[in-house]
Amino acid sequence: MTLRTEGLSVTLGGRRVLADVTLDLPAGRLAAIVGPNGAGKTSLLRALAGLVGSRGRIFLGASELSGLGTRARARLVAYLPQGHVAHWPLPARDIVALGRFPHGGRDPGRLGPGDREAVAQAMRVTGTTALADRPVTVLSGGERARVALARVFAAGAPLVLADEPTAALDPRHQIEVMRALQARARAGATVLAVTHDLGLAARFADEVVVLQDGALVAAGSPDAALADQVLARVFGIEAFRAERDGAPVLVPWS
Amino acid sequence: MVRSRRGAGASAALAILAVALAVASLGIGPVRLAPGTVVAALLGQGDEAARLIVREIRLPRAVLSLAIGGILGLSGAALQGLLRNPLAAPSLFGAPQAAAFGAVATLSLGLADALSYALPLAAIAGAFLSVFLLLAVAGREAGLVLLILAGLAISSLAGAATALAMNLAPNPFAALEIAFWLLGSLEDRSFRHVAMALPFILFGGALLLSERASFRALTLGEEAAQSLGVEVGRLRLVVIVGVALGVGASVAVAGTIGFIGLVAPHLVRPLVGSDPARLLVPSGLAGACLLTAADIAVRIIPSTTDIKVGVLTAIIGVPFFLTLIVRERRRLAAGLAA
Repeated sequence: MTLRTEGLSVTLGGRRVLADVTLDLPAGRLAAIVGPNGAGKTSLLRALAGLVGSRGRIFLGASELSGLGTRARARLVAYLPQGHVAHWPLPARDIVALGRFPHGGRDPGRLGPGDREAVAQAMRVTGTTALADRPVTVLSGGERARVALARVFAAGAPLVLADEPTAALDPRHQIEVMRALQARARAGATVLAVTHDLGLAARFADEVVVLQDGALVAAGSPDAALADQVLARVFGIEAFRAERDGAPVLVPWS
Repeated sequence: MVRSRRGAGASAALAILAVALAVASLGIGPVRLAPGTVVAALLGQGDEAARLIVREIRLPRAVLSLAIGGILGLSGAALQGLLRNPLAAPSLFGAPQAAAFGAVATLSLGLADALSYALPLAAIAGAFLSVFLLLAVAGREAGLVLLILAGLAISSLAGAATALAMNLAPNPFAALEIAFWLLGSLEDRSFRHVAMALPFILFGGALLLSERASFRALTLGEEAAQSLGVEVGRLRLVVIVGVALGVGASVAVAGTIGFIGLVAPHLVRPLVGSDPARLLVPSGLAGACLLTAADIAVRIIPSTTDIKVGVLTAIIGVPFFLTLIVRERRRLAAGLAA
């Protein structure tokens, strides 16, 4: 479903952290949200997920999200916070099964056949099937990130919001996570991922959204949104650019 | 699935143990009765004296130990689930102490006698205030250190307020009576006490159990749980009310009995796993077993004066708490650094 925002604004503690953001992201696209620290990236995701009060309007397909209750919204929006938190040593399968929570699958021991299939599918896609019975707290950072991603995919939500899903991962796992998000988008979801890695954004994203001081600076294809003048103005950097296998290579240079 | 079967098996075993302990509890006292005699008396058979002793004198005590132990174990598991923290428990956060203050203030000011409903209501109000204050002071996503410090402050405040109430007591006998009552005991309780406490305990327990799935979602943190459809603000309120009802009513009839809520969840985690939803019922049953066993112990430990059951649970509970701290030391150190 197409995600559309109109004049989305968030004020936290009297400070405007997101100002008048208007976006239009078609379904089936992976959008990277980039910007310096404090640009409002996380606030944008939290506003979209309904975790923080916001002004303006958010549409997913035909439905206006702010008009929905917490549960109805949870079925449409899957949110992956930073850090892949798991407070108790639950087996990885039970963590993934929490993705079915908004659909009524509240007990991982008593999932219906549809819920079980969604969990198994999400674990296959993220390569976590072999981890199913291991306590999530003993997994490595990369494994935990993929389990967290599986939880989000298991929800089958048309809108996926991931906050720095590649942070603290080694390069191979970063690429795996971006590929998984891309695949999820190809399967029909609208996927938004916050990242600090401009290289990953340029290579994997279909759309890039650039934020600075809470305002939308640029949005569009990676080429356009990460153009030299944008990088100079927002990040104060120049980039080395190349191409490999038809995909853009972007390395922050000076 | 295997895990839920294991949980059900543990619950069944704990329930059988609780019943066995209750029967043993009914047989112990100045007149020792064999389990067969106890069961016969419960069913209205056997001789009249045994029936009277079991049904009128000892049954209220056994019912209260099961109910109070149960709600304390359940409250501990619920608080640990809400706060995602294995060191959370009503007694560490000053809930029983604050409930005791509510009850003591009511008694020493002469607002109510020990058998009126004003007593549990005052105790519930005290417990509610303490848990509410704790969550308000500690805030969202509270770290361990913050929770423990806030809990320490609240329980000290409640202790000081109780001391003040005793200080202002009309006569030394009243103060002494309050002091003994504070130690926590189930001696000489009647069905009047059961009627005062049980409805609140059952309602509080039902509230906590109704949110079991939400505790599981909270494993992912508050924001993720909210994004899954859990209304975290409402959940906090439900837990505050549930814990306050249960702990307040318990304290009103039995004084302060600590550490059951801390110990019970830890005892059952090895049996049923860490899932905070699956922990609630077994933890309540374990609490019921613990308090009933402790209440049997205080009657068979030879001593010149009666040992109060609240003293015994604290004597056993505090070293257990210390062991837990040692076990959680690494996490604690990380929390202190953060």
